[in-house]
Amino acid sequence: MSPRKYLLQNVAPYGGARTSVLLADGVIAAMGADVSDDEATIVDGRGLVLLPGLVDLHTHLREPGREDAETIRTGTRAAAMGGFTAVHAMANTTPTQDTAGVVEQVWRLGREAGWADVHPIGAVTVGLEGERLAELGAMADSQAQVRVFSDDGKCVHDPVLMRRALEYVKAFDGVVAQHAQEPRLTENAQMHEGVVSAELGLAGWPAVAEEAIIARDVLLAEHVGSRLHVCHLSTAGSVEIIRWAKSRGIDVTAEVTPHHLILTDELARGYDPTFKVNPPLRTQRDVEAVRAGLADGTIDIVATDHAPHTREDKDCEWAAAAFGMTGLETALSVVQETMVDTGRLTWADVARVLSETPAKIGRVSDHGRPIAVGEPANLVLVDPDVRRVVNPDEQATKSGNSPFRGRELSGCVVATFLRGRATVLDGASCDEDVVVRR
Amino acid sequence: MKHLLSAADLSHKQAVRILDTAGQMAATQAREIKKLPTLRGRTVVNLFFEDSTRTRISFETAAKRLSADVINFSAKGSSVSKGESLKDTALTLQAMGADAVVIRHHASGAPHTLAHSGWTHGAVVNAGDGMHQHPTQALLDAYTLRRHLTGAGDPSGRDLAGLRVAIVGDVLHSRVARSNVQLLHTLGADVTLVAPPTLVPVGVDAWPAEVSYDLDAAIDTKPDAIMMLRVQRERMSSAGGGFFPSPLEYTRNYGLDARRLAAMPEHAIVLHPGPMNRGLEISAEAADSPRAVIVEQVANGVAVRMAVLYLLLSGSGATTETNETKVDA
Repeated sequence: MSPRKYLLQNVAPYGGARTSVLLADGVIAAMGADVSDDEATIVDGRGLVLLPGLVDLHTHLREPGREDAETIRTGTRAAAMGGFTAVHAMANTTPTQDTAGVVEQVWRLGREAGWADVHPIGAVTVGLEGERLAELGAMADSQAQVRVFSDDGKCVHDPVLMRRALEYVKAFDGVVAQHAQEPRLTENAQMHEGVVSAELGLAGWPAVAEEAIIARDVLLAEHVGSRLHVCHLSTAGSVEIIRWAKSRGIDVTAEVTPHHLILTDELARGYDPTFKVNPPLRTQRDVEAVRAGLADGTIDIVATDHAPHTREDKDCEWAAAAFGMTGLETALSVVQETMVDTGRLTWADVARVLSETPAKIGRVSDHGRPIAVGEPANLVLVDPDVRRVVNPDEQATKSGNSPFRGRELSGCVVATFLRGRATVLDGASCDEDVVVRR
Repeated sequence: MKHLLSAADLSHKQAVRILDTAGQMAATQAREIKKLPTLRGRTVVNLFFEDSTRTRISFETAAKRLSADVINFSAKGSSVSKGESLKDTALTLQAMGADAVVIRHHASGAPHTLAHSGWTHGAVVNAGDGMHQHPTQALLDAYTLRRHLTGAGDPSGRDLAGLRVAIVGDVLHSRVARSNVQLLHTLGADVTLVAPPTLVPVGVDAWPAEVSYDLDAAIDTKPDAIMMLRVQRERMSSAGGGFFPSPLEYTRNYGLDARRLAAMPEHAIVLHPGPMNRGLEISAEAADSPRAVIVEQVANGVAVRMAVLYLLLSGSGATTETNETKVDA
């Protein structure tokens, strides 16, 4: 059976002028108002925005080790539902993704699942212990071709070790993605340190614990001439430091999560651990600052930090609960609502922050490409005009810890194409196509 | 009022009502037969995840004086220490028919979670959660202040308007301080927090209280009462956070000793939630002086907890006149 062709009629690439786009043989075969093909499945794209398939630089797929919370199959299916065609799988699995063997296993499971390309992130240090470098070169040279290294969940806090990592990955054009959290300043920390934590009696996670590490790391990156990526930046002060570093010409990129674009620490008041996340939800002032930073380019990308957790890890008292919230299936809607609907980003900007730049940072060559004839058909079709109520029970992710349960958000993904194959069509995932492919 | 989770949840009217009810309860405790039949057939569970002798005994005494059946469930030596979750413990107690759960927990917000999770249908009383709240302590402190400082005669119906209270010590880790700041503010008192800057939380500027780092200066402003908080010796070690250089320096700067006691106005009283660290935050002279009402606080604690259990458990009639009459009877 020959692979299907799709003709996307009257779609608006980057929200611009309408055209039709023919997908065949895994690539964009033709574009133009008069394109037609008798064999192609027609997708009526009126009112829909066409973007390059989204690329997430920060996803927790939990496999191997915590398949009760998420598997590579369920996580990448959630990714496809959210419009993603590639995800970077964080290293904090069990066993840790700190050897060529484990990253190759994750990479292979991703290929078998087929919902989105999985690019494993390698651990910076063995077992995320922060003591000695993992075999970064072996992971880079493996089939998984790891280019992003992170101890995410833990900070590479030893300055010498961080310096070595920054230097070492230059040999294979890698990047260290830092989880910026000064450990001594955040012992037993539960939420943002401020007015709300003072009242709730929860141990504070001060903004300075993030900012101090970012300031140190940009100076280290400058000193050794390396590139640095800052994970899930969350405070107004962090935005200022990145802005300063970029003005000095330091090779640093930064990400913000969807939840830090829209939620604040006020949500901790009900002690609902759904809102417990690391770094913590900050204040309205910080939300404003990260939005401004994303709008003016100080913050390069949006990454989900999709962190699925089982019911038992969230159905308990706040201090006992795990940090993290899901995000793959709501990320685009949050970006639309906070940045596009408010006029701060265009759809072309959305393509940049959710696809093109994350692909560049991760050195992924076949994603985040222009929408043009001959390019890989990794695409997402978005309906920006609908509003939908989030129901985690209906999501593809295995876990229910979405902070947006019951909340109405802008826009929805209508279709996602991975190398010309629909992984999502009419807003539903296409199991059939996966079967056809095999 | 279905639960008592935080002093912040109490309106002025509710708070005064609890104090008034506690006054009626205290009156019955002067009788030879102290037991009232009010909560006969009701079950109160003391669910203690954290060591506490005095608070548990106080709640137990209060419930028994109201004729309730009391079950004590402490984490040590129970299935909780074997890893049973708060949820399963709560479901178990629910299945056994608890009408009220008095909970102490090391995690801030645990009583809130218990009350709003659907794990139990009973009334939840917060007996201290982490660094968050200890509302019955604040109520018994307010009751004590009202008895001593609002003039002669029956204090029923009065609040604490115009009283000036200094709360001294480890505010950062103290649920007693948080509860008292809110309740004293609700009742009209002015609060000054006195502590070394390391033991004041970031974000305190939003609280309805003044902050001072100087105990002598605070005493010079002639407070009507001074409330000493327990300071753990371990707080000075680096493992404990290194909040002050030494116990001696803490005592020198923030301890209540005979000299500072003498500098206070004559009518001023000294409170302490206990257990005291004699020689650290309070000297023996201060603790044993006639102006210290620390032992009386314990007795008042029983009356206040009787009032809280009564108001929560005497059903929909908690705010009706008939129930009040019943207590008086």
